[in-house]
Amino acid sequence: MRWWWIPLLLFALFLGVAAYQLTQPKDEFVPSAMIGEPLPAFDLRPALEGMPGLSSEDLRDGKPRLLNIWASWCVPCIAEAPQLERLRDEGAEIVGVAIRDRPEDVAAFLSRYGNPYTRIGADDLSEVQLVIGSSGVPETFVIDGEGRIAYQHIGDIRAEHVPRLLAELRKAGE
Amino acid sequence: MIAELGLAALWLAAALAALQLYAGAMAQRGHAGGLAVLVRPAAIVQGLACAFAFAMLLWLFAITDLSVKLVATNSHSAKPLLYKLTGAWGNHEGSMLLWVAVMALSGALIALVERRLPERTMLATLAAQAFVGLGFYAFLIFSSNPFERLVQPAAEGLGLNPLLQDIGLALHPPTLYFGYVGLSVAFSFAVGALLTRQVTPEFARVMRPWVLGAWVFLTLGITAGSYWAYYELGWGGWWFWDPVENASLMPWLAATALLHSASVLAARDALRAWTIMLGVVAFSMSMLGTFLVRSGILTSVHAFAVDPQRGTFILVLLALYIGGALVLFALRAASIAEGERFSATSREGALVFNNVMLTAILGIVLLGTLYPLLTEAFDVRVSVGPPYFNPAGAFFAVPMLLVMAVGPLLRWRRDSLGRIQRPIVLCGVIVLATTVAALAIGEMSILALLGLALSAGLAVASLLPLRGRRLRRVPLAVWGMVVAHFGLAVAVFGMASETAFSQERLAAVTVGETVRVGPWQVTLTEVLPNAGPNWTAIEGHLAASYAGGAPVELDPQSRSFWAPVQQTTESALATRWNGQLYAVVGSEAREEGAEARWQLRLWWKPFVTFIWYGGVLVALGGAIALVGRVGADLRRRTVRRRAAERRAEGTA
Repeated sequence: MRWWWIPLLLFALFLGVAAYQLTQPKDEFVPSAMIGEPLPAFDLRPALEGMPGLSSEDLRDGKPRLLNIWASWCVPCIAEAPQLERLRDEGAEIVGVAIRDRPEDVAAFLSRYGNPYTRIGADDLSEVQLVIGSSGVPETFVIDGEGRIAYQHIGDIRAEHVPRLLAELRKAGE
Repeated sequence: MIAELGLAALWLAAALAALQLYAGAMAQRGHAGGLAVLVRPAAIVQGLACAFAFAMLLWLFAITDLSVKLVATNSHSAKPLLYKLTGAWGNHEGSMLLWVAVMALSGALIALVERRLPERTMLATLAAQAFVGLGFYAFLIFSSNPFERLVQPAAEGLGLNPLLQDIGLALHPPTLYFGYVGLSVAFSFAVGALLTRQVTPEFARVMRPWVLGAWVFLTLGITAGSYWAYYELGWGGWWFWDPVENASLMPWLAATALLHSASVLAARDALRAWTIMLGVVAFSMSMLGTFLVRSGILTSVHAFAVDPQRGTFILVLLALYIGGALVLFALRAASIAEGERFSATSREGALVFNNVMLTAILGIVLLGTLYPLLTEAFDVRVSVGPPYFNPAGAFFAVPMLLVMAVGPLLRWRRDSLGRIQRPIVLCGVIVLATTVAALAIGEMSILALLGLALSAGLAVASLLPLRGRRLRRVPLAVWGMVVAHFGLAVAVFGMASETAFSQERLAAVTVGETVRVGPWQVTLTEVLPNAGPNWTAIEGHLAASYAGGAPVELDPQSRSFWAPVQQTTESALATRWNGQLYAVVGSEAREEGAEARWQLRLWWKPFVTFIWYGGVLVALGGAIALVGRVGADLRRRTVRRRAAERRAEGTA
């Protein structure tokens, strides 16, 4: 056999492996670096009159909660609003952090799309958002009763994500 | 309406490519009849139609037409116009359309200007070009339609990957694509020549400008990409051996080898089969690169949008084109004899040696890139990085640099080392002196030491072909070689110096604190939040002074984008002639009751900029040679025409 068949053989080998690999499923789950880390200390003023603000102390009373990062100007936040309501109806306590928002916009958003929150803090400079490793809105964290981050959900919550969030919340409470 | 016009133009171009392929193939079998005359016009109109389709896509992005899916998922009405336009190719569908458009336009250009090849080889080349084009048209129309409409227009776009909102990266993909596509032309020439068994020096001269052009763009693209990765990714490195980086390096290595072997074929009628082989391999490497980054088959830090269905489509195209060309090569290689003989110590000998070294480095990179893929088939996850690539690559690069210094001084066909004894001794002395000087400065790795010494030797050696000649008489092609080889020496010096002398400091500092790195003193003056049109950031303000001089202000940022969600690091650079200070600000570390501390990462990288100056010089050398070659061709053509006119006058 002459050398000019060798490239073809190597190429055939590559094709075989690549074709096999393409049929294998890929794992899309990307674990966050913040999982297991304690929340840094913060104290946010209320984002809405008549509702309490949010501090890191509030999240250390032994009860696991969902911490939802959102904003009234965020379009996907509208999409996830019904799922937050559903999570609350299933018994989850949800606290919110409103990013770069105004009280009147917050009030308008909540009266239009529902208010699932027990507390909302106003993060006017994205300071809390930056230090807890959130890079966008919306984003949802599961915080265990000791104030540690147990789970991070990036992007809006869709119906199929609700069971996983509830399961993570239960796990964080154990 | 605009989207539909674009799609219609795309279909028209596809139909013309089919016609071009059919007519070209029939002409090979000798019964094309009147069809053969259609091949050139079909190629020209196909190029125009495809360019029109791309222009329509640009228009859609310019006006942010959110009823088009591609625009809605990749653009945003708030973006600056420049990034709206670059967004047209900053995504899978748009970049594939750009690829096809450039390829179709090159086909049109060949059809318009190329008159030197035998007509049959020319038609076979255009048919091969149409065959490659058809696959990409099918890919666009059936699997990645850039003009797809949404049933319901979107209210707002999702934005463009923020990493791509950067002028460097906006220009980086098209630059690389011109390179890839130029290689597709070389591929079509190689297939055409194989089909008609016409592998001649004339063929090499016709193919060479295309390879040169592609190579210049690849060089620029790789250089720009490396600098972008260096300042944007924030980790302070300039080459990661990431699959995406390798995807552009592999075609460059193959094209570099092809360029040199085509020169041997053009000048001496040797290395016929080898040149054809490299023509096939060079384009195969650009296809392979596309496949690797588009299919999601390999995990990469660059992480493109991935889709196994598209991966399968490209794999089928790969099998057809590369498999087909390799079968053709295996069948025909015997009948294109090797041509002229030469002795080992000659210009050809040196070129062959470096061709083999380049091919070996290509093999090393290819193996390292594909190895994780292979082991994953057996459920073992490995990642191959610098500890493999650096020494393995250097093992072949070192002898290559040595021969590169001497090769251009040798004569064609047969020469003796005795004749060039003095330049060899001169380079040897420079290499030794540099080694001693470097050892005196401090400890460094053996690779860095070799790099420093060889770059000094090569820099001097690369200028020697100009010695004793009247500089204004030296042909542009020789100037190009000198500049390119000198540029490589500059780049190697930058790499070695960065490896040998870099200093790094990682510190958690409070505002007002000062950190030293190398000759620099850096003070953190304040940290402030900052916000842009679609991001928020923490921004550190640093005052950096070099050896006690006046301070420069640096503002590195850690940015967060929300459409789509992504975190990026904007490093800040202070550039001096002898290197760069590289600063990154990280997250805050706050302890109870204590003052806030910020993570600050600083590097002092002596002469790191020489890497990219060198890259640009290499590309410049290629461009000079290209101008020289094309100019010489044009002159020859004018001389021939004048002679024909004189003959016509004489007979009249």
